[in-house]
Amino acid sequence: MGEAIAFYTLAAFILGFAVLVVSTKDTVHSVLFLVLDFLFVAALYVLLSAPFLAVIQILVYAGGIVVLYLFVVMLVNLKRPPEAHQDPRRRSKLGFGLSVAVLLELVAVGLIGVNETGRPVTAAASVMPVSGNTEQVGWLLYTSYLIPFEIASMLLLVAMIGAIVLAKREL
Amino acid sequence: MIDSFVVPLLKILIVLNATLVGVTYMVLLERKVIAWTQSRLGPMRVGPYGILQPVADAVKLMIKEDITPVRADKWVFTAAPIISMVPALIVYAVIPFGPEVSLFGRRVSLFITDVNVGLLYVVSVASVGVYGIILAGYASNSKYPLLASLRASAQLISYEVAVTLTLVSVILMSGTLSMVGIVNAQYNGNVWFAFVQPVAFVIFFIGGLAETNRAPFDMPEAEQELTGGFHTEYSGMRFALFFLAEYANMIVVASVATTLFFGGWLRPFPNVAFLRFLDLIPSWTWFLLKTFVFLYIFIWVRATLPRYRYDQLMRLGWKVLIPLAIGNLVVTGIVKVLMVMW
Repeated sequence: MGEAIAFYTLAAFILGFAVLVVSTKDTVHSVLFLVLDFLFVAALYVLLSAPFLAVIQILVYAGGIVVLYLFVVMLVNLKRPPEAHQDPRRRSKLGFGLSVAVLLELVAVGLIGVNETGRPVTAAASVMPVSGNTEQVGWLLYTSYLIPFEIASMLLLVAMIGAIVLAKREL
Repeated sequence: MIDSFVVPLLKILIVLNATLVGVTYMVLLERKVIAWTQSRLGPMRVGPYGILQPVADAVKLMIKEDITPVRADKWVFTAAPIISMVPALIVYAVIPFGPEVSLFGRRVSLFITDVNVGLLYVVSVASVGVYGIILAGYASNSKYPLLASLRASAQLISYEVAVTLTLVSVILMSGTLSMVGIVNAQYNGNVWFAFVQPVAFVIFFIGGLAETNRAPFDMPEAEQELTGGFHTEYSGMRFALFFLAEYANMIVVASVATTLFFGGWLRPFPNVAFLRFLDLIPSWTWFLLKTFVFLYIFIWVRATLPRYRYDQLMRLGWKVLIPLAIGNLVVTGIVKVLMVMW
């Protein structure tokens, strides 16, 4: 019961802040609402008894990536109206199409999700040879998901080298 | 009911109040030590030897006029001091001041909580503290605070990398992320980690100075260049909040250094039998003593060293400290594997 109350409160905050992120006029305020949103998502992870994910969520998203967003937003003048995309008709059509697609997707997920209830979700955690949330995440990353993990790190490396090459013409 | 609600609440109250009093007296200590270094007396008028000076300072800051610049972003301007103060205080939730002791016939642990991701919690909360500085500079709508806040955040982000890498070496040594677990690992291993990880400790200490914007890395507050820093436009109690947050962060760095590298609440040589009389001194006293030594060194460094130039600071961070920290981490990992195989 208490868990349900906590979940719905957190979910309401997350959705509320998400709406504020896209509806606020001031870009810096919108980025700040995004930080609040990430903090509440971290609280959701705590509720799922995944403290490691919660802390990483704060460290990487709230404390790292959004700081860079904030830098860009502060240093680029966004008060000027956009010039290239002045055709409001085209954007509204595209937006409508996309939101219909997302709505259909959500309905589909909802219907299929209802049919599948009762399947134990924690089965994977109970057969693992290590205990503790951090150890379990590490174990999964280095056994079942080793190749996706390595590919992701290669992608990051490529992005980093690309950024260095772009920023520094003569090496 | 008492164990799950009243005791934690009491502990939080005690730790919060002790921190705030400690922070105000930290300011007095700094003024006194710097005065002694420069052959002055420091504050002497308020109370004997100026011991009531923090009270006078607090009253002065509270009755000052609270000014918000006309063109400032009002909401963000109000929120920024709070955003820098809150992370500095909630870090104390995982810092262990001592082990479990019996108090009035009840087992009481001398820490608020011991989560199994304690060290990561400290790092992540500290990373959120950057927002206070960035937003203060942005919301003031004034050029010097903005420049100072950009400098400060670039400095914090750069040094965070080196500090976090040294923490990974400590985690490799202890095999746990829990702060209590790290102290226990030093007890079981018969050695403080500062002696097996000297490189990590030195990098952590330098990084800690830079992360708290202390001299010789106090670029964000370089008065000659920036007329004060990211808090130039703040006055009264809001300015005081920034000031308190900075000193609270110093105490955080000192207590984390104590916990990770100097055995936390352990007495010197915890396993040598003939030094057992040292156990008569309670464990939390050892913790506070070690933390105090660190804070004293912070002030001592400020009184001794001149300020770095900004490009020198960035070069030190990226080209010296980070490669050293990575090398230290690799060596630690190899030695650890060899010891397991042996």
